[in-house]
Amino acid sequence: MSATTVPGTTPADNGATEARTFDPIPFSRVVSVELRKMFDTRSGFWLMASIGILAVLATGAVVLFAPDDKLTYEAYASAIGIPMTVILPVIAVLSVTGEWSQRTGLTTFTFVPGRGRVIGAKALCSVGVGVVSIVLAAAVGAVGNVVGSAIAGLDTVWDVSVSELALITLAQVIGLMVGFMLGVLLRSSAAAIVAYFVYAFVLAGLTELLAASQDWFADARGWIDYNYAQVPLFDGALTATQWAQLAVTTFVWLVVPLAVGLRMVLRSEVK
Amino acid sequence: MIRVENLTRTYGSFTAVDDVSFVARPGRVTGFLGPNGAGKSTTMRVLVGLTPATEGTATIGGRRFVDLPNPGREVGVLLDASAQHAGRTGREILTIAQRTLGLPADRVDAMLERVSLTEEESQRRVRHYSLGMRQRLGIAVALIGDPASLVLDEPANGLDPAGIRWMRDLLRGYADAGGSVLLSSHLLHEIEVVADDLVVIGNGRIVASGTKAELLAGSGTLVRARDLDALHRALTESAVTFSPLDGGFRADADAELVGKVAHAAGVPLLELRAADGAGLEEMFLELTATTQREGVAA
Repeated sequence: MSATTVPGTTPADNGATEARTFDPIPFSRVVSVELRKMFDTRSGFWLMASIGILAVLATGAVVLFAPDDKLTYEAYASAIGIPMTVILPVIAVLSVTGEWSQRTGLTTFTFVPGRGRVIGAKALCSVGVGVVSIVLAAAVGAVGNVVGSAIAGLDTVWDVSVSELALITLAQVIGLMVGFMLGVLLRSSAAAIVAYFVYAFVLAGLTELLAASQDWFADARGWIDYNYAQVPLFDGALTATQWAQLAVTTFVWLVVPLAVGLRMVLRSEVK
Repeated sequence: MIRVENLTRTYGSFTAVDDVSFVARPGRVTGFLGPNGAGKSTTMRVLVGLTPATEGTATIGGRRFVDLPNPGREVGVLLDASAQHAGRTGREILTIAQRTLGLPADRVDAMLERVSLTEEESQRRVRHYSLGMRQRLGIAVALIGDPASLVLDEPANGLDPAGIRWMRDLLRGYADAGGSVLLSSHLLHEIEVVADDLVVIGNGRIVASGTKAELLAGSGTLVRARDLDALHRALTESAVTFSPLDGGFRADADAELVGKVAHAAGVPLLELRAADGAGLEEMFLELTATTQREGVAA
């Protein structure tokens, strides 16, 4: 049987000479290893730690600088949300591009030749880390809201509902996956991070200009501009049309390029 | 058993690997030789599934690498010792390997000991490792799954003389225990000392392959005597072809025949042995010279 080694030829430390067969590597193991790899370097650790640190800093800034009448949970959620939209996609980008920029892919993809499984595990880990981060940040903001209102001698105002938080989380996860997609597509840390900022910020500004000058674009914008289609997620509720616009733009700007990138990863050489 | 059959890899109009076939057998160290850019690394990358083959197949124990359920348990691979995250510690890199392959945690310490990396060194980040330490770590990663085959690209690079001796003994011991070793190197002396079989590649094509003994047999016998004229006469009369070498002659005959010829002519010999040493280097340059010139002309 070709699946086994020739008896007596195994240079095993344990002296095993019988034919050996091995179980396939389960997906859960790939996921747990990929999760570990996101934390086990100094840069990776501090990137993760920066989520907590920035959440605390943003909360502190609201406590110190926001006018009393703005000291509601919404202020904390917005302040914490801004650094999140930057860090989470960067975490997703680096989880993918590290295999190429640090050339660890040489080892990773010889241990797990199914590259799709590795990329899938990374996607799962990135989304998991993203969701946990948002929950953590929301908790930090909640503590800030209680402490801030106590210091100011005001009643604590909870003006963000759970469903609103869920929509914001969805927006953050989409942003994170855009970072992930660019990492898969470009396989270079610098290029993917720059591309993310173009995607998220430069493009948003340009479409804003275009919408101001071209009526046809202003009308169709929800179906074309993916940043614009996400805005309602931060406003707490979406109409059926807005959901459809979100689905269409996310498909075109995220799912399609991700599929292209995956295909390239599966076929490319790892050097 | 590592088997490469009719393997071709092209990049546009450039053919990096051209119809390459060879076998690395259990219990033997197979040296894979060739000038820079000859296609050694490309062949090895195809073998472990990192580069798709244009044509042909490469199998390990009869199966393609990508079809192995847990390849790290069957083939140890070291393609580039520097291809590690510089910010991870050596121990962490081994731990990732141990977890990925589903091995008991004590394999990490066992491997550190096997490659003589100390506990203190294992906790340093790889960015602070010398190339020699990276090679040792790479060997540890390759061996951690206790595989039956090894694929190593230039593993002696950056090792000091003691390290080279250590690597040689490790590979010898591994092959003697029944493992198949495919080893590329540009350090010809290393290959000559450790390899049982040789595969020589130039411009993507196999230019020679066989056992080391077969391939180096053509280099003949070195014979020396104080009275070179008498030896010259004796060899000429016996119709043995020969050429001057190092204050003696290199004869195209085995040592027994040359000894008999000298004895019959009454010429006392100073030295009589197989002409080795430069043998592999000469063979290598000779075999790859034409492909190199073609490469320049093209």
